[in-house]
Amino acid sequence: MTAPIEATGAEQQAQPDAVLAGSGRKAIQGRSLGQIAWMRLKRDKVAMGGALVVLLLIVMSLPGVTELLSRTFGSPPNQFHQNLVDPTLGGPIGSLGGISADHPFGIEPINGRDLFSRILFGARVSLLIGVLATLVSVVIGTVMGIIAGYFGGWVDTVIARLMDIFLAFPLVLFAISLVGVIPNKMLGLAGNDLRMGVLVFIIGFFNWPYIGRIIRGQTLSLREREFVDAARSMGARNTHILFKEVLPNLVAPILVYSTLLIPTNILFEAALSFLGVGINPPDPSWGGMLSAATELYTVAPHFVIVPGLAIFITVLAFNLFGDGLRDALDPRAR
Amino acid sequence: MSTTDNATGPTATDRVIPQGEVLLDVDNLGKHFPVHAGLLRRQVAAVKAVDGVSFSVRKGETLGLVGESGCGKSTTGRMIMRLLDPSFGKITFEGEDITRMSQSRLRPLRRDLQMIFQDPYSSLNPRQTVGAIVGAPFRLQKIQTENGVKKAVQELLELVGLSPEHYNRYPHEFSGGQRQRIGIARTLALKPKLIVADEPVSALDVSVQAQVVNLLEDLQDELDLTYVVIAHDLSVVRHISDRVAVMYLGKIVEVADRNDLYERPMHPYTNALLSAVPVPDPAKREGRDRIRLQGDVPSPLDPPPACRFHTRCWKAQEICKTQEPPLAELSPGHQVACHFPENTTVSATDAVAQSAVSPPATDLPTPSLRKE
Repeated sequence: MTAPIEATGAEQQAQPDAVLAGSGRKAIQGRSLGQIAWMRLKRDKVAMGGALVVLLLIVMSLPGVTELLSRTFGSPPNQFHQNLVDPTLGGPIGSLGGISADHPFGIEPINGRDLFSRILFGARVSLLIGVLATLVSVVIGTVMGIIAGYFGGWVDTVIARLMDIFLAFPLVLFAISLVGVIPNKMLGLAGNDLRMGVLVFIIGFFNWPYIGRIIRGQTLSLREREFVDAARSMGARNTHILFKEVLPNLVAPILVYSTLLIPTNILFEAALSFLGVGINPPDPSWGGMLSAATELYTVAPHFVIVPGLAIFITVLAFNLFGDGLRDALDPRAR
Repeated sequence: MSTTDNATGPTATDRVIPQGEVLLDVDNLGKHFPVHAGLLRRQVAAVKAVDGVSFSVRKGETLGLVGESGCGKSTTGRMIMRLLDPSFGKITFEGEDITRMSQSRLRPLRRDLQMIFQDPYSSLNPRQTVGAIVGAPFRLQKIQTENGVKKAVQELLELVGLSPEHYNRYPHEFSGGQRQRIGIARTLALKPKLIVADEPVSALDVSVQAQVVNLLEDLQDELDLTYVVIAHDLSVVRHISDRVAVMYLGKIVEVADRNDLYERPMHPYTNALLSAVPVPDPAKREGRDRIRLQGDVPSPLDPPPACRFHTRCWKAQEICKTQEPPLAELSPGHQVACHFPENTTVSATDAVAQSAVSPPATDLPTPSLRKE
């Protein structure tokens, strides 16, 4: 995956002469493909904006930071403030959903919990599930894809059929039924920890064929490159060729499709929570909040808007960053 | 890059062809790629990419392997390197049969047997530094170098005319010619005895071709290398080779010393090839008659019977369609597989008459009838 050097052509061309001349000046350092990609990414303002939001979300979800922010700007996510709720309608007292200095995003109808804190803790859940599920998909997908692409033949046929089977799986129905069967305690996990584990497994384990196919295709073309033959003619073993020669060339597509898979998984988690098979109440999750809001949107429209916006901004930021990363790394270029 | 010698002209001094021991011997080597079709993936046909080639390479000499695209030159080279498994035949390297040798037993032998690749843009891993690429042979073969791998790599870079400071650079920072030099440095790392060069210059600019070809020649003198150079450029082959083998559709049709071949080509196909070489001088261009071959190269899926060239040969007779001409030595060191060779004092008709009279039953599979 040679990055097109035209982008930085002038500087690159000048270097060998500078070194050959050996003119006492400090030799210009060569740039790796990673450095060139970073330079290109830095110039992409939209992608950098996305990256900034993603970074902010990650920092917000770090252990300790969430609690600190919640304490400073809101109140604990599960604390009821029924004095702030209109007893007859159930909606929050005050304009714009009860937005005040104590509750920057307003308060929840009926129970009067602080929305800001619930969004914060919901972000942690969404990110954790999105990232962990992506990790599972990427690891399985990369290993399966690289093996299928490199070895070919019946290995490829078996893995390709397996991918077809996984892609044909009715994932949502499976998730709903699986959550129903799983006991309350399993593998030393209980409650919402177990739920999150189950969600990561379902989302991650059934999404690997997407990345697996991409990696398989890339490996198929890389396998035919002469540097693979060169390594083999020097006596390299298959493991060396796979992990030292081929895999480093797959870093770009893996990174790009990971960043594009995370928002998909966040959406999927939100959808499952919306359907009631995600994170159990009272723990907050964005999908669960939207689900609760469907009955109350007439009295408290902000209850739909706030978690909806949170999902929208997160997914958009990841997608913009992923697109920018793809342009910067240009995995489609030779 | 001080060498400015023009690659297209013949070398001024003819190198003394060493009559040393045979380093590589290829006997009736073939590669058939199966073609599968249908639900059960049954084999319905085979692409006969290489169909029984025999030649040998002596220590210190350069054998040129020429032919047009798809004639099996590269496949032959890759089989010698054991990057492809031969379908039949025998490869002997330094007296050892390596045809069916397992990759693990082959590994130590690979030090002596290396390859230069065709495309310098594809033969260097874009994610590795030059140091890692050129140093890879040392690491893969677990060879200890006196002053460490880095020093050895920098010496190699100097040997091929690059700066040792290029050690930490990435391949994308280099031009095609420089990249090919990096590839050559990697090939030389283990001090191989035989180098198979698969179209070493065809991906390069003509001006850079000369540099790389001259580099290969200098290195041969310096390091006592033996080359098998695969090329389709007749000028390059003429410049670099001691002996030349001409291939057509998976078979060798003519083998001869370089000068012999270029001055007295015997096989009609060789004649046609040589007449296609462009002549830069318009005055000289006037008098020469070009042989224009009719039609395309037949499909290697179903090559013509007997002499494979008979479908396009202007001298073809009935015998060419029924009997395969053996690769016979018609003059010292000049082997031709043709019933009606040109430029020969030896009465070709004798050979033809002989084979015509001899009953077909005694006609052994011809490729093995090799005269040394």
